[in-house]
Amino acid sequence: MLDLLNGFVVELRNAGLPVSLTENLDAMEAVQHIPIEDREAFKYALGATLIKNHAHWRSFETVFEVYFSLRGPEYKLVEGDEDTDIDELWRELQEQQKQEGTGGAGGLDNLTPEEIAQMLMSALMNGDQGMMRAMAKQAVQRFAGMEPGRPVGGTYYLYRTLRNLDLDSMLEKMMESTREEAGELTPLEERLEKEEYEDRIDKFKGEIEAEIRRRLVADRGAEAMAKTLRKPLPEDVEFMHASRDEMVALKKSLYPLTRKLAARLARKRKHGRKGPLDFRNTVRHSLSYGGVPAEPKFKYPRPAKPELIVVADISGSVAAFARFTLMLVYAIQNQFSKVRSFVFIDGIDEVTDYFRATEDITEAIHRVNTEADVVWVDGHSDYGHAFEVFWERYGKDVGPKSTVLLLGDARNNYHASQSWVVKEIQHKARHVYWLNPEPRSYWNTGDSIVGEYGTFTDGVYECRNLRQLEAFVEKLA
Amino acid sequence: MTTTDAGVPSAGTATQRFDSVQGVRTALRDVQYLADEGIAGVAYLADRLGKPVLVEGPAGTGKTQLAKSIAEITGSRLIRLQCYEGLDESRALYEWNYKKQLLRIQTERGEGEDWTEIKDDIFSDEFLLTRPLLEAITATDPVVLLIDEVDRVEVETEALLLEILSDYQVSIPELGTITATQIPLVFLTSNNTRELSEALKRRCLYLHVDYPQLDREKEIVLAKVPDITEQLADQVARIVRSIRQLDLKKSPSVSETLDWARTLMLLNIDTIDEQTAKETLNVLLKYQTDIAKAAKELSVDE
Repeated sequence: MLDLLNGFVVELRNAGLPVSLTENLDAMEAVQHIPIEDREAFKYALGATLIKNHAHWRSFETVFEVYFSLRGPEYKLVEGDEDTDIDELWRELQEQQKQEGTGGAGGLDNLTPEEIAQMLMSALMNGDQGMMRAMAKQAVQRFAGMEPGRPVGGTYYLYRTLRNLDLDSMLEKMMESTREEAGELTPLEERLEKEEYEDRIDKFKGEIEAEIRRRLVADRGAEAMAKTLRKPLPEDVEFMHASRDEMVALKKSLYPLTRKLAARLARKRKHGRKGPLDFRNTVRHSLSYGGVPAEPKFKYPRPAKPELIVVADISGSVAAFARFTLMLVYAIQNQFSKVRSFVFIDGIDEVTDYFRATEDITEAIHRVNTEADVVWVDGHSDYGHAFEVFWERYGKDVGPKSTVLLLGDARNNYHASQSWVVKEIQHKARHVYWLNPEPRSYWNTGDSIVGEYGTFTDGVYECRNLRQLEAFVEKLA
Repeated sequence: MTTTDAGVPSAGTATQRFDSVQGVRTALRDVQYLADEGIAGVAYLADRLGKPVLVEGPAGTGKTQLAKSIAEITGSRLIRLQCYEGLDESRALYEWNYKKQLLRIQTERGEGEDWTEIKDDIFSDEFLLTRPLLEAITATDPVVLLIDEVDRVEVETEALLLEILSDYQVSIPELGTITATQIPLVFLTSNNTRELSEALKRRCLYLHVDYPQLDREKEIVLAKVPDITEQLADQVARIVRSIRQLDLKKSPSVSETLDWARTLMLLNIDTIDEQTAKETLNVLLKYQTDIAKAAKELSVDE
């Protein structure tokens, strides 16, 4: 038991989760009070003692499922009714594949794909958990085409299984049959029904994922799988390579992050330093001590808030990064005296008004993406032209109070760099910073000319994930 | 390993409040708090390990209610410390009753009493004003200590709590260390407006309370709103889930769901159609932009 838990903690640390020694001891103590057969309770006991941040829960869950998948009773429970051991499972699976063309053996296994689809549909419509689990198992067995020792990640099998099941059209069919049953549905009812089904389908997908994971772990062992299935923490997800799910998670974690950041900055301003000595006030108060300035008074500190000008590249690959930076900046905009934002691809457009017009940052971002006039010739990044136009049109607005943020990967498609603009901006503005969402090792390779622009800025920062972005913004304000 | 040994060295509590996770859950259900597996499990562990619980989650998901309900089922007194910015020692821990001390000194004046005697006297229990934290550990009857919205205090003030949370004791320079006679159940709640310090988190069990799943929310509505029909509760829960999926400034909380269900009951509505949903959205959502968005989403499908 001790070794088991220790191994688990090591695995958590490998996944980037901070686990201290005392927390480890707490977990050891906690599991003594929880029967290990109760898998859910066991998981919660470990979670409560080891994980102290909700954003880490998903990573924890993945590690837990992988690490304990072969050790917990759940595994046996699911497999136990048909296969007593893993080797047998594989043998059967392979047989299955051979027989698939000719027709199957018995039970669930010799159904046609249509029948499977039919059964799945009725299981989903009735919300039958046990049936759904059995169907997930069956679907993976049949469609994923898993082979022992094949070095493919779980995502590939998941994709294969889901493609064969075609859940989207199943949703349509389910809606249709509901409509037939209940007669005419109001839009509200229809929406609710649909969401109910979507929810069930999501659960079903979860079952499939779990099934694939179990089989992979059985094949390769928990340690190897833990490495490949490890999910990065939301703040460590790279902007440029985030999947759709990760994007959603990122968006969710952005809002609490901005709140925390704003609170921290406000506190810093308030407590950071005292203002200079207020001579008049000190003298006035000295009268009550008979003219002795016993109580020095200080001016209320009013640190200057910077005026921010954000110039962001929103072409394909770096769009997500620009979006997050704009969201972050506008979410804490009361920490700046003024925020103006410009977006460009090869043409440049001011988008400040989009943010001013609405309180809803997401909507503003949406408008930036759809309405801003950023294409000049061909819609490929041209930093040189964009900067030139920026300088022509808005250059006079850059003043000694402004801090200019340039966002992008500086991949200029071999156009003229026009880096004199950045130089001019640096002369006029208080600071110029460049944020690059690419890893540092990619800079100045290919058509990236971040080095050339960088010489005229006060610093080029690598901003690949939320953590780095947050650290930069905190430094800025 | 599987069965719980009664004589576990932890915390040395002779009295264990709960028998099993399921027991906690049933007991909570009796006082109309519907806990899920995680909530009940952590409450049970908190009792067994003698550790405080840090409860985090969005506003209005029943974090404070959890502490209240636990107090109710264990038959304990609830001592509540509401945190705010600027909370200090004299509000949270203890304070010397300065006026009384002064009176004591004045009455003895001139009677030639020894100074050391007076000093010993005025720094005694009699002149000590206990504040929530000290009260909780000196109490002889069973208590549940609730430290509400702990994220509102400054990082420095958090340090005040550390001694209590790890050792259940308070050090008063003039009196020495006061140790708890019994280990109270401690709940800290946080709305997560800032990151709490590692030191504090390390001492606590962590529980994240999120918006409930559909079934649980429906049960909560059924339990808390008298005379509501099963069908209406189901509809309420489903619409609320639908609204929570939208990208809103503030998602409806459980308490707002209950308010909405009560509103519908008052209006004698037994099935929600679009019109009623739209007209009563302002109970559920508190921002104009959110209301507009939800109304739009609910009426125009696809």
